[in-house]
Amino acid sequence: MYFIHTICTYNTLKKICRFVAQEKTVLYFKTEFMQKKLTFLLHIHPKRVPRTSIRFTYTFGLGGITLLLILLQIFTGILLKFVYIPSPAKAYDSILFLQNQILFGQYVRNIHHLDGELLVVLALLHMLRVFFTEAFHPPIRSGNWILGLCMFLLIMFSNFTGYLMPWDQLSYWAVTVVTNMFSYIPLIGPHITVFIRGGADVTGNTLMNFFNFHTAIIPLTFIILMIFHFWKVRKAGGVAPPRTSQDHERGLVPVMPDLIVKEVAVGLIVLAFIFMLAIFLNAPLRERANPAFSPNPVKAPWYFIGIQEMLMHFHPFVGTILIPLFLLGFLFYLPWLHYPQNNAGIWFSSLKGRHTAIFSGIVAFILTPVLIVADEYLIHFNLWFPSLPSILSEGLFPVLLYGLLFYLYLFYLRRKYRPNVNETVQAVFAFFLVTYTVLSLTGLFFRGPGMILMWPWQI
Amino acid sequence: MSKKMSHIKQNPHPEKDEYDLKETPDNSRRSFFRKIWGWIALAAGVELAGLSIPFIGSGRKKQTKKETGKFTAIAQVSDIPAGSVLPYRSGRLYICHLKDGGFLAVSIKCTHLGCSVEWDEKKKEFLCPCHHSMFSLNGEVVNPPATRALNIYPLKIEEGVIKVNLEHPIRRKHYNKSQETYA
Repeated sequence: MYFIHTICTYNTLKKICRFVAQEKTVLYFKTEFMQKKLTFLLHIHPKRVPRTSIRFTYTFGLGGITLLLILLQIFTGILLKFVYIPSPAKAYDSILFLQNQILFGQYVRNIHHLDGELLVVLALLHMLRVFFTEAFHPPIRSGNWILGLCMFLLIMFSNFTGYLMPWDQLSYWAVTVVTNMFSYIPLIGPHITVFIRGGADVTGNTLMNFFNFHTAIIPLTFIILMIFHFWKVRKAGGVAPPRTSQDHERGLVPVMPDLIVKEVAVGLIVLAFIFMLAIFLNAPLRERANPAFSPNPVKAPWYFIGIQEMLMHFHPFVGTILIPLFLLGFLFYLPWLHYPQNNAGIWFSSLKGRHTAIFSGIVAFILTPVLIVADEYLIHFNLWFPSLPSILSEGLFPVLLYGLLFYLYLFYLRRKYRPNVNETVQAVFAFFLVTYTVLSLTGLFFRGPGMILMWPWQI
Repeated sequence: MSKKMSHIKQNPHPEKDEYDLKETPDNSRRSFFRKIWGWIALAAGVELAGLSIPFIGSGRKKQTKKETGKFTAIAQVSDIPAGSVLPYRSGRLYICHLKDGGFLAVSIKCTHLGCSVEWDEKKKEFLCPCHHSMFSLNGEVVNPPATRALNIYPLKIEEGVIKVNLEHPIRRKHYNKSQETYA
């Protein structure tokens, strides 16, 4: 009986394999299916694209991977919504129930958590690719740069609102700290904090607000922006093609199958990678939230920890409002800085651009830790000027000091390399990027209990 | 413009745009209606916004109203030696017995970003675990980034019992002696 069963299965399998391997089938998939049945994909891609612009090592498929992560996030998010209960009394228990009672509950939560963190990384890398290949010049690509920034902010906001959902010590205190930051906006700040929290403290109202943002408002807005984003890429004729001088590299290739197969392959590899990683990396869950006890130390999620580190050195109004607003303004205004050249498609704009960017990165990498240590042990404006208000001694003076050092760096850069606007903007961008990275690393690995500076092995 | 567009009626006077409002005689009627539509669109926007405001701002109403002016008995004066504190977790405050004999009900919430401060018995200071702010026994800032002293609660002492009004935290910039209550 068993033998016959095996034979039958074997024969069926053989038939299926033979069918798949038939030349007719292959031809069908190559011509009929790919080029005629999948034509709706031409809404996203043009029919033909430059051979060079679909080279993997040019874009690294970052935008496409981000899309895949978004889709996976929507899928797992919907699954989690079947189990999760957004109320302070039940949220934590529903997470425990999910992890202990539901098959794959922990696994799906792991995927959702990992995917959220990867989204920040991938969206950032995608943005860096676009920036360093200058694919932001008006009039064609500037709108998409703005849209991309908005979507990046939405991803951060989504991660932040999702952070509160488990209602454990980690989420409670992180949200307490971040919502409190808004109270340093002059005049309206305290009202904004009360409005976001739905009361004076982080309570069930806050959880309701965040749940609504996390599961309805942000995803809807994001999907709309995403469609707009793709439409604009399509209108611009795909990604900004890299410049090339070799003749054999020029020319157009059909999107189907050349690009689509690449995209599917990258997507499947990434998906397998996430599924595998999520087996080993458990999403964190601390003790139930306790409004009377902050854990020590309280650290923000790693993508916000640079801001937290900045708060150690500046007056909160400067650290939470002024500097982030200044940097956001710089990013949003970036496409309209009167560039003498449009170097879209060239990594780092030029050879000199490479040098200035690397030089700036090195300066920031040395300057930032030096300043952090100096502020911790040497510079005490609040003690030197005890009679002045803290907005001066902790706000204005450190900003002036940093501004002076930044100006010196810029002065030296211009003196040494004589860069044009393209290269200067890029150098400054690299400078801030490395600075934020160093701040994040400091907050992550060099701050122990009580937020005191120490070596990683001492913590 | 060739085959695909043929079903669209062609403009017989291509040199003159059919829909150019300045040229058409019934300009005033058209522009009047356009204005009307504009106003109606504005009204619709206001309506939608008006509908959402009570919902978005419903947080404060959802909170149960607390009794005001009620003082809760927390401890005996004799429980707290001078120069030390007594944590009262459920009310999120510390009762501080200052060196000069005065009492203060100091809030647990750091004025920087709202984490809960801990009393360090060795240093005799409150320490915030989030950004390393430090406060003295009377709540005054010793180490930034916090910019103002810890909030206090109204406190009174009746027959040796310390009572605190838990509903009314008082914001203050600095500590001064008039904030203390003496047994």
